[in-house]
Amino acid sequence: MENNIEHTILETKSLSIGYTSKKAETIIASNINLELKEGQLIGLVGANGIGKSTLLRTVTQVQPKLAGSLYLNNKPLEQYDNLELAQAMSLVLTEQIASKNLSVFELVALGRQPYTNWVGSLSETDISIINKAITQTNIEDLKHKRCFELSDGQLQKVMIARALAQDTDLIILDEPTSHLDMYHKAYILKLLQKLAKETGKTILFSSHEIDLAIQLCDTMIVMTKTEVVSNSPANLIKQGAFNNLFPSDLIVFDEVSGSFRVKK
Amino acid sequence: MQDTNTYKAPFIVLTLVLILCFFANISLGSVSIPFKTIFESLIGTTDNYIIQNYRLPKAFTAILVGSGLGISGLLMQTLFRNPLAGPFVLGISSGASLGVALVILGSGIFGGVFSTLLISKWSIVIAASLGSFLVLLAVLIVSSRVRDTMAILIIGLMFGSITAAIVSVLSYFSSAEQLQQYIFWGFGSLGNLSWSELGIFFIIYSLGILMSIVSIKGLNTLLLGENYAKSLGLNIKQSRLIIIIATSLLAGTITAFAGPIAFIGLAIPHITRQVINTSNHKILLPAVFLIGAIVMLICDSIAQLPTSDYTLPINAITSLIGAPIVIWLLVRKRKMIF
Repeated sequence: MENNIEHTILETKSLSIGYTSKKAETIIASNINLELKEGQLIGLVGANGIGKSTLLRTVTQVQPKLAGSLYLNNKPLEQYDNLELAQAMSLVLTEQIASKNLSVFELVALGRQPYTNWVGSLSETDISIINKAITQTNIEDLKHKRCFELSDGQLQKVMIARALAQDTDLIILDEPTSHLDMYHKAYILKLLQKLAKETGKTILFSSHEIDLAIQLCDTMIVMTKTEVVSNSPANLIKQGAFNNLFPSDLIVFDEVSGSFRVKK
Repeated sequence: MQDTNTYKAPFIVLTLVLILCFFANISLGSVSIPFKTIFESLIGTTDNYIIQNYRLPKAFTAILVGSGLGISGLLMQTLFRNPLAGPFVLGISSGASLGVALVILGSGIFGGVFSTLLISKWSIVIAASLGSFLVLLAVLIVSSRVRDTMAILIIGLMFGSITAAIVSVLSYFSSAEQLQQYIFWGFGSLGNLSWSELGIFFIIYSLGILMSIVSIKGLNTLLLGENYAKSLGLNIKQSRLIIIIATSLLAGTITAFAGPIAFIGLAIPHITRQVINTSNHKILLPAVFLIGAIVMLICDSIAQLPTSDYTLPINAITSLIGAPIVIWLLVRKRKMIF
């Protein structure tokens, strides 16, 4: 019952997500009820095209919700203006940054934009927060490198540091482990787990690394065609939530090892 | 961003070079004037007609044109996330040319008293500004629909083609005198401005520069791409509009007063990034200002063909000097910094 004491950062009530065009609404998922708690690492998993990105895009206000309600820190999301939202929620996206000539320090420093003055001058506080984010993500040795000199894994750490520097209660990452090797996939997710514990921030990420997520997440959100369920990984395994994740003709979920096996 | 003091030395050097180029520019020409005379004339101890009414306004015009075009190029490159962008590539200059063509060449078609009213210097300025603003607005509306930056550049080129087509239709119906006036405007010229014209030029230019300075933070945020910029609380629509208005004010008035000066808008930001390796607009903006002014002063000094009676079109010189510099810098450094 410990969970009830913890503060809820993001809450959805009967949320419906999808797209509206001139003619009709395309509902991708409906009746989504989630409660993301403070200091938790939450993994969002589901098959390709199931609507993970749509859910993240709706939560980050890139696209409007169809129905239901979304609360960030107990305040309806639509009541946030640009700047308030930037101080409450930071993002790590799959898209490449436009200029790779930025130095790592400069890039992380851009995370302070919602707090700086009209010309973007950094105060002492800003600089200490930037340096803290750099230390927490273990990128001190990259500090003066330029982004085009970095590997994908290093760049991902830098982008996470930038989100940390933005100092928000909620950090959302869209597939932070895509195109990383197996070691760096584990490294990044492990780093996120450490950061959630150390900083008390809520970290939500979407991923295809179901095995790793089961091992590292406090809570997982599993999206299937019929429903969106969220619980601790252990409970989800008990409920058999992973069994219906994919068509069963090729791979099956092995509840003992908590991973998927190819059918022989 | 990064410690501003790191860049102190290059800024001091650039400022000194600018002052040197400024004096050299005034000194050189069909008649060479010694530095001593220039200095005395500037502090008012001697009256020198050439300096006060010709060389000095021309040097100031060169500074405004070079820095203004450089800065508008920088704004466009960051906004469109494309190192090939610049006022000229995106058709802003074409828009200005169309405006001017309509005024100079079109006056023959509208005819009568109307034409003498239309053809004043101010109507050319207004037409050029309006033309560049409309084209930039059109490019922006289209660019909000197509996400592909390459498409935007092609659209800019298309606007250039449309302009050229309309201009040739207008030329067909125009008198030789009007044609000549339009072609001479197209060569570009820094030397035709009176002090009062320079005053108006300076006011609009300052407005553009002011809006660019206001955009510094937004430009830096845009280095991450629009989605990240939005997630950092930037009001994209508003910043984009300010950047576009700043660019059209700068590129528009410069084209209006000095003609369509080629190449500077594209090249200066690249030359600057090679000299001072940063993407921080707080550093880039003043550096582009200095380097733009320096390059323009040098180009103008060469165009004057010192000690001869001839003056080459400034437009040819900027490309002849600028293009090899950019090629040389890129070959030497082997990479495009953006």
